[in-house]
Order: sequence, then C-alpha cells, then structure tokens
Amino acid sequence: MTLTSLLAVSIALFSIGLIAALSRKQAIFILIGIELMLSAANLNFIAFWRFAPEPHPATGVMIVIFAIAIAAAEAAIGLALIIAVYRHTHTTRVEKMDSLKG
Amino acid sequence: MIMTQYLWLIPGVPLAAALLSIGIGTDKRRIASGLAIASMFISLAVALTAFITTLQHAPGWHDSFNFTWFTFGNQALRIGWLLDPLTAAMTVMITLVGLCIFIFSSGYMAEDPQFGRFFAYLSFFSAAMLGLVIANSLLSLFVCWELVGLASYLLIGFWIHKPSAAAAAKKAFITTRIGDIGFFLGILWLYRDAGTLLFYDHGNGCLEPAALAAVGAASTAVALLIFCGAAGKSGQFPLHVWLPDAMEGPTPVSALIHAATMVAAGVFLVARMFPLFSFGANEQGVTFSLEVVVWIGVITSVMASLIAIAQSDIKRILAYSTVSQLGLMMVSLGVGGVAAGIMHLLAHGFFKALLFLGSASVIHGCHHEQDIRKMGGLKKLMPVTFFTYAVGMLALSGFPLLFCGAWTKEGILEHTAHWPVSHLPHYLMLLGVVLTALYMTRQMILVFFGESRDHGAEHAHESPWVMTIPLMILAGCSILFSLVLTPAWPWLESYLSGESAVIELSHLFEPVILISLLLVSSGLGIGIYFYRFAGKTDPLDQKCPALFRLLENKFWIDEFYQATLLTWSATAGRFSDWMDRSIWDGLVRLVANASQCLSQNTANFDEGGINTGFDQGCDSALSIGQTLSRWHTGQIQTYLRATALGMLALLLIYLWLA
Repeated sequence: MTLTSLLAVSIALFSIGLIAALSRKQAIFILIGIELMLSAANLNFIAFWRFAPEPHPATGVMIVIFAIAIAAAEAAIGLALIIAVYRHTHTTRVEKMDSLKG
Repeated sequence: MIMTQYLWLIPGVPLAAALLSIGIGTDKRRIASGLAIASMFISLAVALTAFITTLQHAPGWHDSFNFTWFTFGNQALRIGWLLDPLTAAMTVMITLVGLCIFIFSSGYMAEDPQFGRFFAYLSFFSAAMLGLVIANSLLSLFVCWELVGLASYLLIGFWIHKPSAAAAAKKAFITTRIGDIGFFLGILWLYRDAGTLLFYDHGNGCLEPAALAAVGAASTAVALLIFCGAAGKSGQFPLHVWLPDAMEGPTPVSALIHAATMVAAGVFLVARMFPLFSFGANEQGVTFSLEVVVWIGVITSVMASLIAIAQSDIKRILAYSTVSQLGLMMVSLGVGGVAAGIMHLLAHGFFKALLFLGSASVIHGCHHEQDIRKMGGLKKLMPVTFFTYAVGMLALSGFPLLFCGAWTKEGILEHTAHWPVSHLPHYLMLLGVVLTALYMTRQMILVFFGESRDHGAEHAHESPWVMTIPLMILAGCSILFSLVLTPAWPWLESYLSGESAVIELSHLFEPVILISLLLVSSGLGIGIYFYRFAGKTDPLDQKCPALFRLLENKFWIDEFYQATLLTWSATAGRFSDWMDRSIWDGLVRLVANASQCLSQNTANFDEGGINTGFDQGCDSALSIGQTLSRWHTGQIQTYLRATALGMLALLLIYLWLA
C-alpha cells in the first residue's frame, strides 16, 4: 500500500463529491457530496500522517477526529435546515429555492 | 381727623349703588330708583356731617388724608381726600341738588323702559363728580374728571335709538377731550416741576408755597394748560359747542349736568387750583393766566346770552344761560373773587336745577313738546310749575333782595368793578345781566302767558307730586340760600374765603343794589314790552331778521368748525388714507412681490437643478442595481459552479506563473 494509491482514492472520492455537489438537484445528495469531499480530505490527513518520517506525533489523527466530530454536527445542522426548508416549500430541489433571486 | 378719612363714603355710596343696580339687573325698576335715591340720601348725610365738621374749626382750616396708591421705582404715587370749606360746600350742594333730581327723575322717567339703567348711570355720574370734589390729588381728580366725561357720554346718549342723541354724546365726549389733552399735559408738567400732585401735604403739596416756588415761571403755562381742561368741561368759548347739544339727553340729565355736576367741575377746578393761577401775581393781584380766564369768561358769557335770545327750544335757552353763567363765574375767579365765583356756582346749582326740572315738568306736561313757540298759556294749567319756574327765573335774572342769584351776581359785579386791568369786563357783565333778564322774560312769556298756540299746550296737565315736590324744595333753597349770601351777613363768603363774618344791616342797602335793580328791571321791562304779543314769529325776527338769523344760528360757530377744523381733519384723514393705500401699501406690496419673485426663483432652481440631479443619480443607481441583480439568480449551484471555475482559474494561473 503506497501513498500514491491512497491519494488516488482520495482524489477519486473528492471528485465524486464535487460532481455530486455541483450537479445533483436534491439538497440531500448535495449534502452527501459535501460529506464525500470531507472524507477525501480526512483520508489525505491520515495518509500523509501515516507516511510521514518517524517519530510522528498524533497530529493527523487528532485533526481527523475533530473534523469527523464537526462533520457530524454539520450534517445534523444541514439535515435540520433541509427539513425546515421542506416544511416551508414542500420540496428539497435546490433550483426551487431561489427566494434570494435578485 | 376722623371725618376726612371717611370722606370717600360720599362718592363711594352712590358708586356702590350704581354697581349694585347694574349687578342685580336693570329691569328691577323700584329697586334701581330706591337704591339711587337712598345712596344719595346717605351721601347727603355724610356731606352734611363733613360740613358741620368744617364749621367747628377756624376759618381757612383744611385737612387732608393722604395714602400711597402705588409705588413705581423709588417713587410713591400718593392720593388722598381733602376736606375744606370749598369741598364741604360743593358736596352738600351736589348731593342736595342730586337728591332732588333723582326724586324728580323717578317721576319723569316712569314710562321709560330703560328706567333701571338710567338710575345706575345717574348714581355713577354723581359718584364721579363727588369723587372729583373730594380729591386731594390732581391725579385722582383727573381720574374722576374722565369718569364724569364717560358718565355724561352715557347719559347724553341715553336714548341710543335717537341718532341726534348719539351724535350729541359723541360731540360732548370729544370736545371735552380736546380740553383734557391740555389738562393732562398741565398735570405732567406740574408733576415734573413740583414733584407731587397732592394739593395739600403739610407744606409739600403742589398748591403750597414751596412747590409753587419750584414751578416758578412755568406756572403760567401750567395754569393755562389746566384751564384748557376747565374750559372744555365748563363749556367756555371756544369749546362751548357741546353744551347746547347735550340737551339731547333726558331733561333730568341736563339738570344734573348743568346744575350739580359736569359743568361745575371746570369752575371748581379753577377755584381749587387758584393758588397756581395766582402765583407770581403783581401787587394788584393780576397774572397773565387769570387775565386769560377773565377774557375767555367775558367772551363766553356775552356771546351765550346773545345766542339765548334767539333760541326756540326751551332747554337750549337754559343751556345757553348756563354757558353764560359759567362765563360769569370764570370772570369772577379771574378777577380774584374766588368765593364770589363759588357762591354763584352754588346758587346757580340750585336755581338752574330748578329751571331744568321745571322745563322737564313743562315738557312732560305738554306731551314732549320742547318748542316754546308752540306753548303758551301754561300758567293756569300748571300752577306749581309756573310759580317754581318763576322763582328760578327771577333768581337767574338776579332780581334783588329775595333771590339768591341776585346776591351772588352782586358780589361778582363788585369784584369786576375793581379789576385793575380793564373796566370792559364790568360793563359787559352789566350788559349780560340785562340780556339774562331779557331772554328769561321772553321764555316766561312764551311758555306761561298768552294763549296756547298748539294742541300739546292746550291739553297740558300738572305733573305728579313726585315731580313737583323737588321743584318746591329747590325753589325754597333758591330763596332761603340768599340768607347766607347778603352783604349784611356775608357768612358764606367768609366761610369760603376764610374770614369771619359780621352782621351789618347797613350793608344791605348800598347803591349797588339800586344799579342792579335798575338793570334787572330794565331787562324785564324791555322783555315784557318787546314780547308781550309774541306768538309763533319772534318780534326780533320781524324787526331785524339779519341779527335774529345770526343769533339763532349761534354765530355760525358750529358751521365754522364744520367748515374749517372738521373739514381739515377730514381732508387730512383722506390724505393719510391715500398715502396709506398707495404709497405705504405700495412699498409693502413691492417688497412682497420682490420676495415672492425671489422665492419663486429659488423654488425653480431647487426643482430643476438640485432635485433633478438627485433624481437622475437615483435613477441610474436603480438601473445599475437592476442590471446587477440579474446575476443573483438564487440558484445555489450556479454560485458553487462559479466558485469552482474561479478556483480552477486561480489554480491554472498559479501553475502558469510558477
């Protein structure tokens, strides 16, 4: 298992997430895409931490644990927002959510 | 002195009665007349008490009660009451004559719907006059003086529905006001120089030597200014024109004005201010101001007696006789006979009230006919009025021995005879005596003798007792008053001038009595001879129409004033009106138009310049905003894509630069 292969997985994950966030019309899928991009970033942290020279303190792991915790909170808030919008507009399609249109 | 302190009760009670009767409503007729008569009765009682007080003191005694009215700055304005023989005699005369007139009025005005208002005004009038008499300050005297003027205005114009009465009231008010301007200036001048307006203030009053010395040479000017006021009120030439017109008021008012109140005020003022008038007199007792008083008095007296000969209104004849008698009193004051002048004023008060009330009784009996040419033969129909009127007429003519007017005229003539400046006033006054007897005889014959010349006089009736009793009281006074006036016992003269009287019966029959008997008899004789067959046309009119026209039209003095002073002031008024309308108003309008023009320009600049600039700025900002807002689609993914593209572009630039 090499760093390159890990980074390749990470790039793939990030790209999938980015495409999902930019092209999907359902707000939930966009949220999932964002989560995928976060996972790709976490994977990068872990990979660079694993292949860094010895001795290495547990910085990468710590950041990732923080990032996962924050992502969990972010997902909860994001879902709550989507539910609130759904209650209001009875849809979760983002192209309908244009009340800030100029 | 206790009495002096309570002197204010004399005017105070009638004033209270006037206010009370206005307050309870003027429709309560019995209450109004009762209040007025009762208040006058109380005043008479107080006045008599004051009179008796003066009797208990040495001659020439006077007493004043002064108090501070108000203070301004460090100066206190003090007024007060003055009790001296002049005040005491005047108050007794005013209240006594006033009481008779009030009682008479309750009969004369019985039919009038404004009965209550009439009595309220009468009380007010008497109160003002009494306040004037007891004043110890020129200022409070002036206040009452003006109140007298106001009351006369209200009473002369009492029958407000008559335009002639309204005009006469206005004329009386304005004419006396012209004199009052001079009076007021005199007061101010006196206050500046003397520093006080109190008459007597224990050596500091303006009539006492110290203050008079401070006034000095200005006293002539001050005295003449004050005489302007006196001339206005007392109907002296050239301000006499209001007095005959004042006959438009109810006849008891004429009696009050002519006998007891208003016109007496001017003579009283000159008598009161006599120390000022005579200040700086030469060894013969003559000053310039007194000379002016004499000549004005002489002109007034002779002119008025001449006019009276040709008048046909019973009241107007009496009015001109009042003017003439007032002139006589002024002459007396001017030649130094203050006591004689005041005695004549008091005597005149009685017999002139009697004559006016008698004429009121005649007018009442003849169903409001005032023209003597339409009367005649009233002797049998109105016996009481006839006899009392005859007493008044003889007293006015100065018929010797029995009637009071004779003795007082006698005194005045004696003083004029010894005037050092000129003998002309004496001879003119003797002529005046003849003329007075003449016109009174004419009036008597035309009113009471001969045949009735009109149906009003044919059906004349005697007046009720409430009117005849005051006539009898006044007739009694006119006769009995002479007891204290005779040269044999000149009690009143000595009382007024402050000397002691002695009884000397030999003085009763001096040659001067014969002269006056001769003059009066000749006047009466000429009158009887001349007017014995007088009817609707006047004998003088037949003999000498030009003279009669001149006298009948009162020397055209009214017309002269109309043609000169009134026309001038009307022209001046029209000129001022024109100035105001075209010049001053034009200037104002010019300024207004200019500022309107300026503001119009400012408004245009504001609208067209500043506002348009702002509006255009706002419009372009708005259109820019509208254009830009199209970029804001509200599509979150569009923003994200743009961000991604931007990131990509930045990355490529970074790589290319590196």
